[in-house]
Amino acid sequence: MGLLSKKDSKLILDPLADNNPITIQVLGICSALAITAELKASIVMSISVLFVLGLGNVVISLIRNIIPAKIRIIVQLTVVAALVIIVDLVLKAFAYELSKTLSVFVGLIITNCIIMGRFEAFALGNGPWRSFLDGIGNALGYAVILIIVGFFRELLGSGTLLGYKVLGDPIEKTMLYSIGYENNGFMLLSPMALIVVGIIIWVQRSRNKALVEDH
Amino acid sequence: MEHLELFFKSIFVDNMVFATFLGMCSYLAVSKKVSTAVGLGAAVIFVLAITVPLNWLLDQYILQEGALSWLGPEYANYDLSFLSFIMFIATIATMVQLVEIVVEKFSPSLYNSLGIFLPLIAVNCAILGGSLFMQSREIPTLGLALNYGFSSGIGWFLAILAIAAIREKIRYSNVPPALRGLGITFIITGLMAIGFMSFGGMLTGGEEKKEEDKTSATIEMVKQNEDKVADNTNVK
Repeated sequence: MGLLSKKDSKLILDPLADNNPITIQVLGICSALAITAELKASIVMSISVLFVLGLGNVVISLIRNIIPAKIRIIVQLTVVAALVIIVDLVLKAFAYELSKTLSVFVGLIITNCIIMGRFEAFALGNGPWRSFLDGIGNALGYAVILIIVGFFRELLGSGTLLGYKVLGDPIEKTMLYSIGYENNGFMLLSPMALIVVGIIIWVQRSRNKALVEDH
Repeated sequence: MEHLELFFKSIFVDNMVFATFLGMCSYLAVSKKVSTAVGLGAAVIFVLAITVPLNWLLDQYILQEGALSWLGPEYANYDLSFLSFIMFIATIATMVQLVEIVVEKFSPSLYNSLGIFLPLIAVNCAILGGSLFMQSREIPTLGLALNYGFSSGIGWFLAILAIAAIREKIRYSNVPPALRGLGITFIITGLMAIGFMSFGGMLTGGEEKKEEDKTSATIEMVKQNEDKVADNTNVK
């Protein structure tokens, strides 16, 4: 890549797989699970986190030398909360239906551990440009898992993708449904999100043995 | 009755971990040993029981549309609800710090067991989630808000206690290597969540019945009132 040095592109590419925020660092699980019943909601959530984490990392990195260490958590929370309010108002203005489905989970981006985790682990010790890349990288890693989970849950649970009936119409019995295929409504219930993430972790760790934990 | 219903509903039916996935991060990170899980769970109950009623007051008297009318009629049109995220999180962060200072001063033994978990709690989704659900479910009174905070804390406590106990035992079983640690924890939590779903029917069956009773009761009341009015007219 011409634009980014090798070290910088590592910041973006690492979190996508080997240092994924959800499956390896165990951050930001709450929202990853609760809103993935539809692909569209997962995508919007990923974009919101991308925005908040990218900008938040830059802001924290810019003011990292003036924040007193003792009250840094409150300062960080204020920065995130301000950014999340922007996201929430934009969603309410342009995608009202979707903001209803996401309900409190937009607000919960504030306490999404990915954000605080990256602030603490990276932005407090690095310059703004690298922090920005780190934020974008981790948000993309988060987005990958969200989109995989959302894809499978929507496809198997309601037979649609982004609202399009890709497997045919269950009522008129077209395409797959004509040979007796049924939707698995269980995929839409919350426990299945946990199990799907569990399976993703399983697949990832059997491909890369270095990630296996002792217990 | 209302209190009892909310109490059981928040512990079992709307369990924070199994139904809404709140506080999953610390749930997964601190559930390796039962003793630490108990410490964190107790701290969550404590902080939720303080912050939910406080945020209820904030919501009722400052943030809701028209909530400022107690200042005077000219303030009645303000709607500050867009500020609720920042107000709630600020309240939570300050309360956590305050609780930490107070506990350290008055009960060093409690501080030793809870102390290290308190700073963690400010960024636990369960705490902010409790306040946000309190707001979106429009809990009507301060007493119910206190009840809601306390009982959802207990629900969270039960969940982390259960998973910590299972994780302590699972060390002795032969889990596929790639699933060890995080993977199996996810799957067990999923299975526990399926189990907890069976509580779902426990209260809804009663609720529908109750609503019917209410409507029939109001109809009766209206009838009685009409009778009274009729009586009055007769007397006159």
